[in-house]
Amino acid sequence: MTSSGQALVEVTGIEKRFGTTRALHDVSLSIKAGQCLGLVGRNGAGKSTLVSILSGLVEPDAGTVSFGGEPAPRVGDTARWHEWIATVFQHSMIVPDLSVAENVFLGSTPGLISWRAMRNRTSAIMRDWGFDIAAGTLCRDLSVEQLQIVEIARALARGAKCVLLDEPTATLERDAGRRLFDRVRQLTAGGVAVLYISHHLEEVFEICQDVAVLRDGEMVLAAPTPGLSRDDLVIAMVGENHAPAAQRPVASAVGHPTPDREAPGATAPGARQEGEGVVLSVENLTADSTRGRLSGVSLQVRAGEIVGVTGLLSAGVATIGRVIAGAEESSGGEVRVRGRRVPSGQRDVAQRAGVGYIPEDRHTEGFVSHLGVAENVTMTVTKRLADRFGLLSPARRVTAAAPLTRRLSLVSSGPGQPVGELSGGNQQKVTVARTLAHDPSLIVAITPTRGVDVASKELLLGSLAGVARDTGAGVLLCSDELSDLDICDRVIVLVRGEVFTEFTEPPFDRDALIVATEGIAQEAAE
Amino acid sequence: MISRSPTVADGGAGTTPPAASGIGSWFTRSNVGLLREVALLPVLILLIVVGSVTSPAFLTVSNFAGIGQQSAALGVVVVGESLILMIGGMDLSLEGTYGLAPMVAAWLIVPIAAYGEGTDLSPYLGIVVLVAIGAAIGLINGLLIVKGRLNGFIVTLGMTIVLAGLQNGIVKAQTLFNLPPAFGYLGAASIGQLPVSLIVAVIIFVLVGLFLRYQRTGRAIYAVGGNPAAARAAGIKVDRVKIGVYVAGSVLAAIGGLMEAGRVSAVTGQQGYGEGIIFNVFAAAVIGGVSLKGGRGNMIGAASGVILLGIVQNILTLDNVSNYWIEAIDGAVILFALFLARIVGGESTAETS
Repeated sequence: MTSSGQALVEVTGIEKRFGTTRALHDVSLSIKAGQCLGLVGRNGAGKSTLVSILSGLVEPDAGTVSFGGEPAPRVGDTARWHEWIATVFQHSMIVPDLSVAENVFLGSTPGLISWRAMRNRTSAIMRDWGFDIAAGTLCRDLSVEQLQIVEIARALARGAKCVLLDEPTATLERDAGRRLFDRVRQLTAGGVAVLYISHHLEEVFEICQDVAVLRDGEMVLAAPTPGLSRDDLVIAMVGENHAPAAQRPVASAVGHPTPDREAPGATAPGARQEGEGVVLSVENLTADSTRGRLSGVSLQVRAGEIVGVTGLLSAGVATIGRVIAGAEESSGGEVRVRGRRVPSGQRDVAQRAGVGYIPEDRHTEGFVSHLGVAENVTMTVTKRLADRFGLLSPARRVTAAAPLTRRLSLVSSGPGQPVGELSGGNQQKVTVARTLAHDPSLIVAITPTRGVDVASKELLLGSLAGVARDTGAGVLLCSDELSDLDICDRVIVLVRGEVFTEFTEPPFDRDALIVATEGIAQEAAE
Repeated sequence: MISRSPTVADGGAGTTPPAASGIGSWFTRSNVGLLREVALLPVLILLIVVGSVTSPAFLTVSNFAGIGQQSAALGVVVVGESLILMIGGMDLSLEGTYGLAPMVAAWLIVPIAAYGEGTDLSPYLGIVVLVAIGAAIGLINGLLIVKGRLNGFIVTLGMTIVLAGLQNGIVKAQTLFNLPPAFGYLGAASIGQLPVSLIVAVIIFVLVGLFLRYQRTGRAIYAVGGNPAAARAAGIKVDRVKIGVYVAGSVLAAIGGLMEAGRVSAVTGQQGYGEGIIFNVFAAAVIGGVSLKGGRGNMIGAASGVILLGIVQNILTLDNVSNYWIEAIDGAVILFALFLARIVGGESTAETS
């Protein structure tokens, strides 16, 4: 980053330790007005710590943060900090029961509130930046995308000269993501600096002029994006000892077939020829759900088969997974697991019938944060581990959890470490391990790789494929992340709660999938 | 794919390499847990020093047996409330159950002359009735809160008033006395210097403590209180665990009430709600580190909370603090203890996260 103008935000020589763990070491970074800088790195590389430092929430042990050449205000002086830099966090910081205007000015209202002035200023900001949300709307009535706009407007209302976007597309649909890119370009064109944090390298290439890579707390690469390839970034993130990405099915450039697709390719056709048991059969399933309704979906999953379900977020992709897993009720139709009918809306019954469930949001459903790794991993199998009085010792849990945590390369300080202290990717591994623990005959996984870095993503998908191959479990992979679908034997595309089309022969063409999710019939696709 | 995956060194912020997962990390982890569990020890020692300095009668076996006997009933209710707090609930009506259950049982047992109902029920059957009443109240609370999706605070507040009203209504605010020895045994008898109620309370604390640590339903209580959605996704029958805990809590409150009735050889209309024991119950649990947000707490903490309150009460009595002032001082000491527990234990009792 050769500086032509003065840096708006500059950090130099940042050091940060948490106990014995070194989170950041000698990290330097600078952002100029109108620049969009991408920040990438694997889970646990120190991104979150850097975000916290830049947001004025955490004080570095050493090093300086300066804004426009001046030293940054002290940590905790959020009002002055926000004049320079404002963060749009992954988890919404919106109060749902307040109006848009109140949320935009949350925490920065004067003692006496003039409602009219607040609404007018909100409308002015929305107008200036071309956003289209009425100031008086209650935030609970807004979509995820609109909530994010409110958060961006909040940053702009405080006059922030730099906006920090932390995984902004994680919860957005593809179209909404596109519109977000337009907004980011608009911001940078207006002289605002943007720090863009993402797991999606394509996004970084699309909108960032420069990219910085963190690995193990150190800044290992900082360069303009045009001179870099995707593999350059992956190698920088993972380190040299990483096997070349192209040899691995999941990390390979999306849509390219890889000849050594061992898992599904090897077993599934065999299973199909023998007519071996259908593990899941869904007939005419309907459901009303806030996550997208289902209007009559039928599908089957065979033993050892990996079936993908994809579509837009509102198409019912998550709903069908949740209904089959028993996490949500259906309003009609039936679900059979190995021929037995499973009543809807009872997660414990579904689990006993053999349905494993990897929920879409690990924070709300994936684990109990203050309980240890081993306890969370074995939470689904306490009955099997316990003696006839229901007694089970912590040692038994640890023994039972060990092979699973090893298989998923889960990194923790020990089986007793609270899961809440782990990095996001390792938390997701806990959720997956918890599911594998009870030897399900069907695994329902909903967006299992969301918020997970490239290498962990391979590992997670690889372990799902491995389980399907080794145990003959069927996998229903509900995801709007097209690269997840590379491990699938078939992909079913849902549009508005109905099966729109099915892709039966891998490799799946990414463009054809995208076209199908939009509900555009394409004869040539099959 | 699995077999040739290199071990991914996902080190960095918040994690340490797996090599450290041996003795060292076990030590630090369990140390933290242990520290929290004995967090109140220094406070207890301080109180004992204060007690022995201000009164020569304090540091005697008989005084401590007395403290034990007086705290036993409260302690059993605290076990019940702690369980309910740990699933993320709350039950104000335990004080109502603590009064009503022994009242109804005694009413069925004692003769008409002692304001009984006249059925002259066997005291053993009376105890069965007492447990059944506790279970029924807990079941109603649990169903209303869990299945009816009503707010636990308002349900149990309403239940408290109903129970207290019944307690006074059935005997027209009379006091039931002449309790048969078998009914009063649990609260009144002693084995040597040791009160039976204390022995039973200690057994309950130990059994519940072991249950919470080693039994799958006990572990499920932590999971349900810590994150009900995650517990449900892991196949735990969340509703059943919650309702079961409300039932268990009320049964324990009824048993606590039986102890108190035996100790004072009577059941008054004041027992429970009239005395306002629920504040002490919550205070003991929270001082002992049981989280009002659910998911956290253990029986060692709850027990030390009970002991602390018992000792404070005892010191105030021994030091001849005027009866008119004893409540104000007691309340102030409890608030101070809550503050200390927050400092020492690090657990926030605030509602916000």
